[in-house]
Amino acid sequence: MTVSQGSPVLTDTEAPKRNLVLAAIRGLFLRVGVLPFFLAATLVVFALVSAQFLSIQNLTNVARQSVYLVLVSLGQMLVLITGGFDLSVGTAIALTSVVSALAMVALVAAMPDLVWVAIILGAFAGFGAALLVGCLNGLGVAQFGVSPFIMTLGLQSIGAGIALFLTGGVPVSGLPFDFGNFFGFGRVFGVPVPVLFAIVAIIVMWLIMNRTIFGAHVYAVGGNLKAANLSGVNTRKVLFFAYALCALLASLAGVLMTARVESGETNLGGTIALESIAACVIAGVSLRGGIGRVENVVLGAFFIVLLQNGMNIAQIGSYLQMVLLGSLLVLAVILDQVRYRMLVGSR
Amino acid sequence: MIRNRTGPARGAGLPVEPMDALMPPPMPPLVEMTGITKTFLSVKALSNVDFRLLPGEVHVLFGENGAGKSTLISILSGVYKQTSGSLRIDGQEVELQSVHDAAKFGIGTVFQEFSLVPTLRVYENVYLGREPRRGLFLDRRAMIAGAQNLFDELDFEIDVRRPVSALSRAEQQMVEIAKAFLAKARVLILDEPTASLTEKETRKLFGFIARARAEGVGIIYISHRIQEFAEIADQISVLRDGRMIATVSAKETSEHALVELMTGRAIDQIYPEIARGTDGEIVLSLTDIISAGVHGVSVDVRAGEVLGVAGLVGSGKSRLWRSVLGLQPIRAGRVMLKGRDVTGKATRELLRGGVFYLPPDRKTEGLQLAATARDNIALSLLGRDDVSNRIGFISPRRSRELADGIAARVDISPSYLNRSVSKLSGGNQQKVLFGKGFAKEHDIYIFDEPTVGVDMGTRSALYRLIKEIAEAGKAVVVVSSDLTEVMHLAHRLVVFSKGRIAAELTGAAISEENVLKHFFADTRVPA
Repeated sequence: MTVSQGSPVLTDTEAPKRNLVLAAIRGLFLRVGVLPFFLAATLVVFALVSAQFLSIQNLTNVARQSVYLVLVSLGQMLVLITGGFDLSVGTAIALTSVVSALAMVALVAAMPDLVWVAIILGAFAGFGAALLVGCLNGLGVAQFGVSPFIMTLGLQSIGAGIALFLTGGVPVSGLPFDFGNFFGFGRVFGVPVPVLFAIVAIIVMWLIMNRTIFGAHVYAVGGNLKAANLSGVNTRKVLFFAYALCALLASLAGVLMTARVESGETNLGGTIALESIAACVIAGVSLRGGIGRVENVVLGAFFIVLLQNGMNIAQIGSYLQMVLLGSLLVLAVILDQVRYRMLVGSR
Repeated sequence: MIRNRTGPARGAGLPVEPMDALMPPPMPPLVEMTGITKTFLSVKALSNVDFRLLPGEVHVLFGENGAGKSTLISILSGVYKQTSGSLRIDGQEVELQSVHDAAKFGIGTVFQEFSLVPTLRVYENVYLGREPRRGLFLDRRAMIAGAQNLFDELDFEIDVRRPVSALSRAEQQMVEIAKAFLAKARVLILDEPTASLTEKETRKLFGFIARARAEGVGIIYISHRIQEFAEIADQISVLRDGRMIATVSAKETSEHALVELMTGRAIDQIYPEIARGTDGEIVLSLTDIISAGVHGVSVDVRAGEVLGVAGLVGSGKSRLWRSVLGLQPIRAGRVMLKGRDVTGKATRELLRGGVFYLPPDRKTEGLQLAATARDNIALSLLGRDDVSNRIGFISPRRSRELADGIAARVDISPSYLNRSVSKLSGGNQQKVLFGKGFAKEHDIYIFDEPTVGVDMGTRSALYRLIKEIAEAGKAVVVVSSDLTEVMHLAHRLVVFSKGRIAAELTGAAISEENVLKHFFADTRVPA
């Protein structure tokens, strides 16, 4: 969604060079938003703090750590583009983790010789649980017109409650060794398995958003729901599938996280709703819906993890990190408003 | 002001042929609607309407705002379902469940609003809901090529890759039209297609309508511009208050007769004569105002005078007053209110300083929709000394008494006062909005689209209120897209074009011809 600069914007930029730079910065801001500026600032600041920060090893590490947030942010983006948001992604992850772990433990006990079958079936049990959350979100928003805020907030509580109820708050241990070994720490052709999953998910999401009718309709529904409806788009179906797919992506992250920690945990994904929304907004996804690009969101998620990594290296405490992340989200939204006004004003 | 096309000797009382007296149609009608009734909650929007469209016919729907034209075409295009009555297409009785359904029967609609997605590109909008596929994926190349082809054929110059939000209103309108043509519609519904087109673009559209008609497409054309009818229309159906009043042949009617059919009364009965105050002082003085969509406007408003403001949508006629009120920033210029400089002041300061502003969209800007009519009026009473008791608390009894007094003054039936305003008719909602203006004394009243979507009876009541205000020596500004309205009310009329005042007319110079001439004026180059 690049914005055409064809209209006469301001004609009083006669003074050369310095204004040219300013105009270029303004153009970049209007086209892509705040992300390039945030990313550049982070890289410069933390590179100055520590030489270790820009090392290949650290950056690879960040890439691996960012897989989970990338997956969740892709789902969050989908829902944001339709003009809603999903606060229950954390719950989808917790539920996936607990359900898949419980299922795997039970299945392995039942058929000790078929470990891989148990792993696959367990993962699908987790997907199923998250999908249920997504479908309920979709049903509430699309069919009954509940505001996304209330619907997903409600399910966030419901799902968290169920996950705690199932486990009694105690982590589910005794997962098959192969599960963690492959999905958590494994490598294929030298690439970490979680990274491979993320790459596939990014490609699939890019194709969906840019090359399929469903993707086109997601943008249309968020851009103008009434218009989409009058053009014959089944808006309810689009909304429903957006929430379902969002939960499924979160669920995939949940399975990978479970493999990484090698136990089913109810507290996985506690802050991920905030982080994924922040990643999307910083990446230029409009909270009004209709605007957002897959590649930018991937970069946005990467940015958040990079920032956290940098703050860890700089030995900033986790409490202060929360303050910073929240401030950044609000700042990004303020800048998004400014950008929106500039876009409208330049018409 | 209405020019009579059929001859100088004939006047208002032109005979009108009712539908039944016409010759039987040579072809089976493309669309036949019989006994269509539509009620919303308890409000009857259409009652027992018959309508028939032949292939290769341009059929104009004519009527006031709120007469039922939009409801009728919404039923035909599958947006609403009729409460009773039958709809036949090619003689087959059909039930349309959705817009998609209607499209399958070859019904294409250009809606006035709401059917473009601003964040999508032109070609994506044109193909929205019927995207071509290659295998699993969208065929973007085919979409771009197809859309470009279509625009070339229509002779519209638009880069189809541009996002719709970057287009002008007229260009957006062209995209809407192209979208309907793409579907190869056999019935084409155009809802005020020329409302924001320039003269040149209108020509192109008419050329295309003529071609579509020659190919046997039936066209339903909604417009308020009577001048267009003689050129493009075959039949004209007039709706009033949800009833089909008459269907006449375009060749056998006159503008005067149509207006009488539309309003049900002679024009001079609707618009009151407003006495003009003599040499009133200048209440509001604007100098060289520059703001978004306003490129340097100076105008004075005097006490006891009605200043009319006309212009197309997007001409800046509404945005000027919005910037005066601080609803959009003023980049340059000066606003003097009763000799005090109030440029760029916050909206509440202008309102406190004696300005009353009636916003054009009562539902989004004017009313607290969930609140009762009484509470809406009472809200404007806040801050008056006599609604509060000695300690400063609001007295509910006083507040109610005052609100009820105002309601009586603007002629709202007491039985409506306890109802939520969202349940009232457009006319009564507008009366509530006017009532808010009577809650306090103001020096200047700015009415932006005072009668939009309001029936004739309420209109003349609202016009009498405007008369009352002006004759009490207040300054009045009436901004309106309804040319007849603003021409009849104004003592002085300014015509906006492209963000500037193209003409200022007074007295006898206020004629439809004069005004329309300046609608499309290029104000950037001084004539």
